[in-house]
Amino acid sequence: MNDLIKKVTQLLDDKTINVFIGYGQGTASRIRTIFVKNSSQVENLVYTSDCTANLAGYLLKHEVKKIGKLGILANDSALRSMMQLASEFQIKDGEVYVLHAAKDGSFTEFADFQSIEAYLVTIDTGITSDEQERIAKLEAMTVKERWIFWNKEFEKCIKCYACRAACPMCYCHRCTTDVNQPQWIPVASHEQGNLDYHLMRAMHLAGRCVNCGECANACPMDIPLNLLTYQLIAPIRTTFDATAGMKADAVYALSTFKPDDKENFII
Amino acid sequence: MEQQNIYQPYLMEIEKITEEAPMVKTFRLKFTNEEEGNKFSFRTGQFGEYSVFGEGEVTFCVASPHTRKGYIECTFRQAGRVTAELASLSEGDTIGFRGPYGNIFPIDDWKGKNLLFIAGGIALPPMRSVIWSCLDLRDQFKDISILYGARTVEDLVYKNELAEWKERPDVHLVTTVDPGGETPDWSGEVGFVPTILDKMIPVSENTIAIVCGPPVMIKFTFPVLEKYGFKDEQVYTTLENRMKCGLGKCGRCNVGKVFVCKDGPVFTRTQLKELPDEY
Amino acid sequence: MEKELKILKYSDLPKMIEKFISQGYPVLAPVHKGKIVEIEYVQSLDSIALDVLLSTQSAKKAAFPKVEKVLEYTMNKAGVVQHPVDPADSKETILFGVRPCDASGFKSLDAIFGEGPSDQFYLSKKEKTTIISFSCPVADEYCFCTSVGGGPGNTAGSDLQFTSVSKDELLVEILTEKGKKASRIFADLLTEANSAIDKTKFIADVKVVFDLDSVVAKTTASFGNAELWLEQSLRCIGCGACAFVCPTCACFDFQDEQDTKKGVRLRLWDSCGFSLFTLHTSGHNPREVQSQRWRQRIMHKFAYMPEQLKVVGCEGCGRCSRACPVDMNIKEHLTAIREQVTV
Repeated sequence: MNDLIKKVTQLLDDKTINVFIGYGQGTASRIRTIFVKNSSQVENLVYTSDCTANLAGYLLKHEVKKIGKLGILANDSALRSMMQLASEFQIKDGEVYVLHAAKDGSFTEFADFQSIEAYLVTIDTGITSDEQERIAKLEAMTVKERWIFWNKEFEKCIKCYACRAACPMCYCHRCTTDVNQPQWIPVASHEQGNLDYHLMRAMHLAGRCVNCGECANACPMDIPLNLLTYQLIAPIRTTFDATAGMKADAVYALSTFKPDDKENFII
Repeated sequence: MEQQNIYQPYLMEIEKITEEAPMVKTFRLKFTNEEEGNKFSFRTGQFGEYSVFGEGEVTFCVASPHTRKGYIECTFRQAGRVTAELASLSEGDTIGFRGPYGNIFPIDDWKGKNLLFIAGGIALPPMRSVIWSCLDLRDQFKDISILYGARTVEDLVYKNELAEWKERPDVHLVTTVDPGGETPDWSGEVGFVPTILDKMIPVSENTIAIVCGPPVMIKFTFPVLEKYGFKDEQVYTTLENRMKCGLGKCGRCNVGKVFVCKDGPVFTRTQLKELPDEY
Repeated sequence: MEKELKILKYSDLPKMIEKFISQGYPVLAPVHKGKIVEIEYVQSLDSIALDVLLSTQSAKKAAFPKVEKVLEYTMNKAGVVQHPVDPADSKETILFGVRPCDASGFKSLDAIFGEGPSDQFYLSKKEKTTIISFSCPVADEYCFCTSVGGGPGNTAGSDLQFTSVSKDELLVEILTEKGKKASRIFADLLTEANSAIDKTKFIADVKVVFDLDSVVAKTTASFGNAELWLEQSLRCIGCGACAFVCPTCACFDFQDEQDTKKGVRLRLWDSCGFSLFTLHTSGHNPREVQSQRWRQRIMHKFAYMPEQLKVVGCEGCGRCSRACPVDMNIKEHLTAIREQVTV
């Protein structure tokens, strides 16, 4: 913790960065994102095992970017989001100062995207065993059972779009659901509107989701939205040998054609 | 007992379509239910929500004068989802109309005064309603001057009416187009509205100025009016903001505490100066 | 009317619900749904979550549902035929087991929908809803009802209020004519209460954290304080969770849906936190960035509504803060306004 405070103080003092995106104490036992803009605010930084949120989404927020050069405390998910964002030309190498927070509580500076990529190949990028179990349960269901399961979950949806807002990969200036010529997705939060929205969103995250879980964490109605996108990770991996958020110059599996692409999904 | 549904529109038949300029059309609308039409009245400056069933509603002023009964007109530029559908309609088709909403241009208070109308581009329609309302009561006012500018000659709306106003001895009309927007046979002015206004040397004494146009035009027109001694309470404009209900409930058109839909859309410059920068 | 006090046994609650239902009153009440608590129609007391601090969403949907049909029409060759939708087409309903902040939250909605040409879709449903609230035995760190004129035993907006006064007994306060009418349905279960009973002994202690008048005055003066709004909203991600769980947020959208022959116009919840909310077709947006949208949220509730509608648009329920994915805490932000702004 002292290392973190010392490091961020130095970064702000020598003007390497203008703001550091990190974790701070929130309401009661909650952890929240804080923006440290000068060394007097550095003491507000915390780092505990509860600091699991993926902060990478803030790298694209207009008002955050306007502050100046950004530094971020990135966990594994955030690093992967950054690689995915880089591959989609949303951030550039050298634009952001990256301090990596490892699970053991140590902090490492990553000088460039290459060093992030080198680190990412050493980690387990899979989903948790609990999540695996839940997905296995879903996959064991009949199509009809799964349909009922998801419709019951979507019934709770109020279309607050917290899932979309919390997702680092949902940065589209005009989301498909906001397009009204034509109106692809019904705006109303009724059965059809909820279903269309969530399925559309999952499809748009296939091969891009870095399984950080922010969508599900954000949902005020407790819909396990992460299971939708997580379920698409394995097929993308087995079909195209692609994993999201591993390389800054990756080409997107679903928008590239390779002669040896499997075609077993074509009926 | 059945309660009134404030969101239910009148059904209107498109009686006549006039092509005004590229992408700009005027609809003359008559009430399909004659009784509703007879009961309906509005005052110049007010607006309504026009429905294309299946697409939604769109907000425009009533572009016809309140002095003419039995129909209303709207003029719109094709821009978004609803206007695209509106533009595809034909004479005889049905649309919806809710209104009239909002406040008015207080033309009764302008009796005995000179009127100076300054409009730019697609902002002539709200002005046209006031102009004709005043021209239909011509005796009540002194000099009436109109300065209207558009990007190009083609973009000028109400070309027939401009020609009519040009001919009238009791109207002083000046039209202008932006530099480069003129045609070889263009006989009007060339230059931006504020510049031409300056050349006109407007007289502020006993005059009401009504200004409507794109924000940038308004921004540069106000100082010119000020230069010639127009006080803030002599200057009127009409605002627009995104709206859904038109009744001060849906929550999106407010500028600070003021709802454009029910406290406006007509504001004096005095009132405008009190509004925060949120429009 | 003058308030009446009665006693109802906990063990008679199931009978009371049965009586409502058998007499044809649908009952809306908080219901556990996994980790969240929804307000839903119930058939018996069993499914009602009386043990929770607050439902996840507010009770506003009883009169202002998230999706509501306001128009219905068919298309034919001759044009459009409208099939009038009767705004008053709803049943008399019991809203049971909600909190005082839910009940009083309706006063903001009453003001918004009742002002000017009245919105009968809301007003008639509200009129037909009898609200039976439960005072709060506990509160949490998000609650600040007492700072905005409410309280854990506030009866404003409730037709009946129940307070747990012992393991076995509920104090029943009959507060309005509507409440009186509803109480007749289970009159046989009620016994006389000791009029000296002190309800405050049985409700939570919610500390006042700020002076409302001062917060209203300071918020009203803060439109131009861009730094304040930016500082407060920097971590806001612009979703609508706060607005949609809020008991007083009333902003809405209209959307048409139709197939080839028939269609409907729906009124939907909307939120000033969305960038699309105020976006013009031209691309111009009067509230272009999130800090302006956050300012709108706070100023609407604490500056514009007090001035225009004579009601503060907040009940201090704290739902917005609990629901916020990024821990925007409204109590904290209002306290900061009181501390940082000078007028």
